[in-house]
Amino acid sequence: MDQGVAVTNISTEVRSGRGARQVNTLPLLLPAVILLLLWSILPLLRTIFYSFENYNLMTPPAVFNGGLNYRYLFTDISTWVAIKNSVVLVLGVLAASIVFGTLIALLLNNDFPGRNIARLLAIAPFFVMSPVAALIWKNLLLDPVSGLFGWFMTLLGLHPIAWFSTAPMLSVVIIYSWRWIPFATLILLTALQSLDTDQLEAARMDGAKGLARLRYIVLPHLLRPISIVIMLESIFLLSAFAVIYTTTNGGPGDATTTLTYLIFIKALNDFSIGSASAAGVFAIVLANVLAMFLIRAVSRNLQA
Amino acid sequence: MKQSALSQIIFGILAWIAALVMFFPILWMIVTAFKTEGQAIAIPPLILFTPTIQSFLDATANAGYLLFAMNSVIVSVGSTVLAIAIAFPAAYALAFFPTQRTEFTLMWMLSTKMLPAVGVLMPIYLGMKTIGLQDTRIGLVGLDTLMNLPIVVWMLYSFFKEIPGEILEAARVDGIGPRQQMWHLLLPLSGPGIASTALLSVILSWNEAFWSINVTASHAGTLAAYIARFSAPEGLFWAKLSAASVLAVAPILVFGSLTQRRLVRGLTFGAVK
Repeated sequence: MDQGVAVTNISTEVRSGRGARQVNTLPLLLPAVILLLLWSILPLLRTIFYSFENYNLMTPPAVFNGGLNYRYLFTDISTWVAIKNSVVLVLGVLAASIVFGTLIALLLNNDFPGRNIARLLAIAPFFVMSPVAALIWKNLLLDPVSGLFGWFMTLLGLHPIAWFSTAPMLSVVIIYSWRWIPFATLILLTALQSLDTDQLEAARMDGAKGLARLRYIVLPHLLRPISIVIMLESIFLLSAFAVIYTTTNGGPGDATTTLTYLIFIKALNDFSIGSASAAGVFAIVLANVLAMFLIRAVSRNLQA
Repeated sequence: MKQSALSQIIFGILAWIAALVMFFPILWMIVTAFKTEGQAIAIPPLILFTPTIQSFLDATANAGYLLFAMNSVIVSVGSTVLAIAIAFPAAYALAFFPTQRTEFTLMWMLSTKMLPAVGVLMPIYLGMKTIGLQDTRIGLVGLDTLMNLPIVVWMLYSFFKEIPGEILEAARVDGIGPRQQMWHLLLPLSGPGIASTALLSVILSWNEAFWSINVTASHAGTLAAYIARFSAPEGLFWAKLSAASVLAVAPILVFGSLTQRRLVRGLTFGAVK
């Protein structure tokens, strides 16, 4: 839930008492720095190394095979299906969380009876662990025989749908959206609370109608937090795993096999370490390109 | 004025509807947990029934469940204590003794969070197997600590930045060393900040599913792995599974509700406060 990154202003100004050089800060910093260095570099190097080997746990030993894993990776149609699925998942959930997250945050930011309780309820799904979220939806809500949605549909005279076989990706997107709309709500609500009320009041006095205030003051204020939500959620959603694992297992067929899930299948179902690692390197490159792109977008937004 | 009062009522009602729609799946899980297995799959769904705690008793009577619940506690608390112990001095140094490298160090720590876990699945999986850490609590504690370390450093850093440097400066002038400053000044001064940092770290590792599913089996799995794994064979036992799920998410729902606003800071690396 936390694959994330954002940018903040690090004030480099040296406040009084903070510039002292007498203290040797190296021993204080070193444990954290060394651990993170090892954590971020060693496994990565190992993955790159494996990716050039014909290495299957079932048929050892490992043999260097040049760039063969990569050639198979990019000529394999399932790679491209997986990338398409990842894009659909990320964009679907992002669209849902920006639209509904903003709407719900705006509604909850009003003054109304019991609003603190309403806020807690609206944000609660974010704290539900993915396997549980997956099970609630898979069994209690979306099951065609005993699920609540099926029953609603029969009430309306419709036939219940077997969600996970007729619309598997939509089902997965719905479950992830249910967890990530509240995240967007939480971030945007926090941002709204820091909005200068004097400015709004002044605009109101000048006769600006509700919609105009929303359009010219509130939404511009939300632009930056929204871009942060986009950034954090896309990085997380690219590595989305547990809901797919608990509900569809990547199926039916390859309908919900994202890039992350494809790597998992190659690695721990097929035990083909070499090709899983090649795909892993590709996923890492992809995530970093995305992160760079997003950080640039956000910092441009920061300066604006 | 009248119109504005009316619109306020309408918006209030809409807000409540939105909140209830979002919360409904959790509510329905809680309701199902108090049903018998037969009631749980009844159509039309039962709204009125005599609640029973049988499903909770059944779910917790399972030896596996208790072990996995204990693992969740040990792993989330253990990794949090470790992460804070490592991050506290680092955040102290970064916040109170900034150099030209400070910004780079912080951004670099942040960048380690961008590495998709699945990209290093194989080396971690095989490496833990080699050194005998697979399916051990220590192994999982280590993974969660490293995963959360950047967030913990950032969050502590942002809280330390709010403490006036003059206080520590005065202590320094009086000849009080960094160790005492951290113990006797910083720790009490940033109590609430540390508490919410710890809370976020506990929440993140309690809910962590990827590593728990992939590097544990029957010994060190957490509740996230338990529920993900047993979903298939026990898929028919909705009431029992719901009861197990309620117990698994209840503590985090409470923790999360306690410090919502402060959590935002950690979740967004200080970008939204």
